[in-house]
Amino acid sequence: MVTYIIRRLIWAAVMLTIVSIITFAIFFLVPRLAGATPESLAARYVGRTANAEQVQIAAEKLGFNDPLVVQYGRFAKGIVAGADYDYGPGVEHCPAPCFGYSFLTRLPVWPDLLDRLPVTMSLAFGAAIIWVLAGVATGVVSALKRGSFFDRAAMTIALGGVSLPIFFTGIVSMVVFSYGNPFSITAPGGSYTPLLDDPVAWAYSLVLPWVTLAFLYAAGYARLTRAGMLETMNEDYIRTARAKGLAERTVVLKHGLRGALTPLVTIFGLDVGLLLGGAVLTESTYSLPGMGKYAIDAITNQDLPKVMGVVLFAAFFVVVANLIVDLLYAVVDPRVRLA
Amino acid sequence: MTFLELKDLRIHFPSDDGLVKSVDGLSFRLERGKTLGIVGESGSGKSVTSLGILGLHKGGRAKISGEIWLDGEELVSASAEHVRTLRGKKMAMIFQDPLSAMHPFYTVGAQIMEAYRIHHDVSKKVARKHAIEMLDRVGIPQPDRRVDSYPHEFSGGMRQRAMIAMALSCDPELLIADEPTTALDVTVQAQILDLMRDLQRDFNAALIVITHDLGVVAELSDDILVMYAGKAIEYGTAEDIFERPEHPYTWGLLGSMPRLDRERTERLLPIKGSPPSLINVPPGCAFHPRCTFADRTGGRSTSEVPELLESEGGHLVRCHLSRDVRRTAWENEIKPNLEAS
Repeated sequence: MVTYIIRRLIWAAVMLTIVSIITFAIFFLVPRLAGATPESLAARYVGRTANAEQVQIAAEKLGFNDPLVVQYGRFAKGIVAGADYDYGPGVEHCPAPCFGYSFLTRLPVWPDLLDRLPVTMSLAFGAAIIWVLAGVATGVVSALKRGSFFDRAAMTIALGGVSLPIFFTGIVSMVVFSYGNPFSITAPGGSYTPLLDDPVAWAYSLVLPWVTLAFLYAAGYARLTRAGMLETMNEDYIRTARAKGLAERTVVLKHGLRGALTPLVTIFGLDVGLLLGGAVLTESTYSLPGMGKYAIDAITNQDLPKVMGVVLFAAFFVVVANLIVDLLYAVVDPRVRLA
Repeated sequence: MTFLELKDLRIHFPSDDGLVKSVDGLSFRLERGKTLGIVGESGSGKSVTSLGILGLHKGGRAKISGEIWLDGEELVSASAEHVRTLRGKKMAMIFQDPLSAMHPFYTVGAQIMEAYRIHHDVSKKVARKHAIEMLDRVGIPQPDRRVDSYPHEFSGGMRQRAMIAMALSCDPELLIADEPTTALDVTVQAQILDLMRDLQRDFNAALIVITHDLGVVAELSDDILVMYAGKAIEYGTAEDIFERPEHPYTWGLLGSMPRLDRERTERLLPIKGSPPSLINVPPGCAFHPRCTFADRTGGRSTSEVPELLESEGGHLVRCHLSRDVRRTAWENEIKPNLEAS
């Protein structure tokens, strides 16, 4: 078990390294292949008013004339150990993990990411609780009442849920439910409030994004749970449970649902991991200052260091989620031996 | 008063293709301490009958009629909730494949404890002790350690022992074993059969053994019921069925049984064809399309459903052939072939 975890941790580190190489290649190798010179790359750092000589100096200082391998090494070292930027009059130290400075704000990227993380976490975990409860409950009832009106209605809505994009359901929800509208369930203002500042305002500011995001996922979970329950409720061990004289409720929840849980755990871990890297559409639709919104803004402004920071941070969550899922698998299904 | 009595039990399932008559007018009696073997091919209604006695078809799509009397109580008309309280306690079941019949995600001990705690209001600790006792009783070594194992960590025979421990945990008066040894190695089969016989004696339970394996019923049963297409076609003591069987289908079953005392060059005498569809049961005697004696009934077997009639001393047969014809055929045509060496 311990060796397994160690092996998985090493593997996770390898994965992250590969992701960082690919990210680096996308932003530095591909432009060069497309014809960019060290000067044209450096020009993005110095602003529009700089003359050719200043750009030359910047390119040299930023190391764009070095071989790509050296540049990558410097980039990776910055993340692991921090980096020093020599900007002429003095040296600026960027502590680890250093993803560089924003082109626009001149601020380091990492503290920005840490600022954005609680928003995305609030959104992702809140929505996750809703979609698991709603999705699994709907799936169980649908499976037990297969072919009933409830089942058909739920599965039709679920089909809508997986098919409708957030920027549609999100905007519809705002038109119908946001403050000032007939079915208003949100408070005035509506901008994001940190949990620790005011929990009630926090919940109000997130309720629509939660439900909208949860709707998308709950639909998939309902379908998955329904399929799993239909399968497990036909298993021999369900008949055994009934033959023992267990109440139907216990048979369904303790024996049936437990048997259908394994794939759900896997998908759940991966979904949450992915969302922690930023729920791009949801955050943009509701203007939540999370990682997804940060990424979109960075891309729109061609703010390279920010984009790279978000990509790597998101990859980190996905890799960690994968690791947790693998470990959890052995807990959920005792037949899985980790070695 | 008879301990268990079925009167004209019918269990029919509506399907898109028509009504599936899985059990169609089945009656028998069973006393405490006795063993009844129910024999037949797949789809003859054996398992549906046993699940019907346990009340596991209630609330489903099945249409059930007739009567099931268990210790003075009628179960077909009883509420599903009442039958549930009897399940596991008064009557219990041992299933065919213990690997799929036990929940893969719970330990063997937890599953036995669960069975016990449904019907006994005891602490987990007491239930655990009971589970260990039961495992010990069915011959599982180191029961205090094995109680925490998962079903997949047991061998096939051990799993079936654990399954039996689970079924017996509430001291049931009626035990139904559905193909209890089919999924097991031959050597283990004998051990399990021995175990079941011993336990039945200890618990003085009524035992129903459902199987397609005549060897198993020969080993355990006092009485044997042969089923075909949802109906009883022959019923008698083990001696009746093995020494003087009267139904051509039973002869076929006996002929399909591999035996060591027969020459290897000798072919088995299988029954031709396959069991009939339970939706379109052949008219007349359901067995007539496969019966080599059908032409001796003067056409009645294709037009008239035979009654289950007493041949002699409680030996019941559902066949149009006259008793004399059946006996002559058995003595002269079938028995010599079975015993040929």
